[in-house]
Amino acid sequence: MDYAIQTKKISKSFGQIKAVDQVSFEVQPGTIFGFLGPNGSGKTTTIRLLLGLLEPTEGSSNVMGFDPLSEGQKVRENCGALLEHTGLYERLTALENLDFYGRVWHLSSEERKNRIKELLEKVDLYNRRDEIVKGWSRGMKQKLAVSRVMLHRPKVIFLDEPTAGLDPVASSAFRDDLLNLVQHSGVTVFLTTHNLTEAEKLCQQVGVIKNGKLIMVGSPDELKLLKRSAVTEIVGSGFTDGLITSINQLRGIESVVLQDHHLRITFTEGADSSFLVPFLVQQGVLIEEVRKGKASLEDVFLTMMEEEND
Amino acid sequence: MINDILIIARKDLKEVISSRGSYRSGLMYLLIVIGVMGIMMPLSSGRIWLTEPLIPLVWAWFPILLVINVVTDSFAGERERNTLETLLASRLSDRSILFGKITASVIYGWGLGMISNLIAVITVNVADPGPKFQFYDPLVYLALVIFPLLACLLMSSVGVLVSLNAPTARAAYQKLSLVMLAVIIIPTLIGNFAGEKIAQQLTLIFKGVNFIQLGIGVALVILVVDGFLIWLAMQRFKRARLILE
Repeated sequence: MDYAIQTKKISKSFGQIKAVDQVSFEVQPGTIFGFLGPNGSGKTTTIRLLLGLLEPTEGSSNVMGFDPLSEGQKVRENCGALLEHTGLYERLTALENLDFYGRVWHLSSEERKNRIKELLEKVDLYNRRDEIVKGWSRGMKQKLAVSRVMLHRPKVIFLDEPTAGLDPVASSAFRDDLLNLVQHSGVTVFLTTHNLTEAEKLCQQVGVIKNGKLIMVGSPDELKLLKRSAVTEIVGSGFTDGLITSINQLRGIESVVLQDHHLRITFTEGADSSFLVPFLVQQGVLIEEVRKGKASLEDVFLTMMEEEND
Repeated sequence: MINDILIIARKDLKEVISSRGSYRSGLMYLLIVIGVMGIMMPLSSGRIWLTEPLIPLVWAWFPILLVINVVTDSFAGERERNTLETLLASRLSDRSILFGKITASVIYGWGLGMISNLIAVITVNVADPGPKFQFYDPLVYLALVIFPLLACLLMSSVGVLVSLNAPTARAAYQKLSLVMLAVIIIPTLIGNFAGEKIAQQLTLIFKGVNFIQLGIGVALVILVVDGFLIWLAMQRFKRARLILE
């Protein structure tokens, strides 16, 4: 088994609407894969397909070596899922919630007790284990839900927009808790989100989906490099008007601006900038510092969405 | 699978008992129900409670009312509270979940009925002590055990089907209550408007009937209907369908 999750041209239609359209990607074991996309882009449907909760219209997928279509139960045995809602029984206490799912996963009494203690201590909820969940904040409920997901030591976990509705502080704490929980367990995480900062911080690989189509897959850095209009800033001396004219005439240059001793050069998308520094040195420029501008994943994502709209 | 069914049933029963805010208030409610059915009603009836043949019918209706509450909360309520999808994403099979929920509602309704029934026997004997401890006629008691059980199973299966189509637990409860009202009111109306002649004919028919055979026949019919409704519920209770609903 090379991949924890693999899809091959998987599609799901609801009548005339293609919720997921020929989506193919692979997720390496032990990594966090971010599935990015706006609302209604097909993220949740993809999770449901991977968990065997929905049957694909066409294509196939594989989770931990099992086909969700024909071996849905085996897939679910190996996975944990925090879906759109926390799925907590709010009339029950935190302990009862975890105890119920511990029984569902056939953990022994001793194992349940120890595992619940271990997980609740990690998310600072052990002292509140006998409280009814109903009165808890959304952040606390999310932490409890993640503990439930991790209870049976799944090999793959699916998190569907886990920080949606959380304030920035709770989101940040949730991310820390999530990393804390997954880093030591070697679990593979499939995370859907439209929070790009979250994806950038957590994910080794991201896929971007829009209108059911997978637009791009790669690491956050790869995506940023692939789609940005690169900006290179050079600090130094010896920048003449003639030199600026020459740079402007080079291939792949969008604009050149000189401000004090700062030369700001914008390259067209995908242009190679490796020739620039040797060229300037050859022209007699004394270079003190070279800075390459980095677009955030959010900039890249928004650009992608705009491009798709065009 | 039986273990999984019991796990679901246990959780659903816990949820129903805690639905009044806490286990304490939930248990208080149960005590009141048992108090009314197991103490108050037998006290007002006296020893006739143990000998009147219509008593089994009373015991059959009472648990059904309890079942309606649990089955709607268990199915429509689970979906309404957004916990169903998480449950479906677990290792449990569709059938385990379905039968677990049916088991919970039947245990709740039938179990409370049986407990109240036994307390009623004690109440009658304590309130009106005779020369020896009086119990139901064995055949009547058998009917008291079997008919409520079948009736609970029937209402539970109808409840599953109604709940699967209802947007909320309250809507499902209202629909099921209407079904119950129809079942009670229609025979009453027929009885009132049928006229003296038809009533006399019915009395004559029932005079010649062997009640044991009739009981077995009715029980078998209910059992067949139960089986059909459970089969129907199994066809409707499918993951892919429930997720999209």
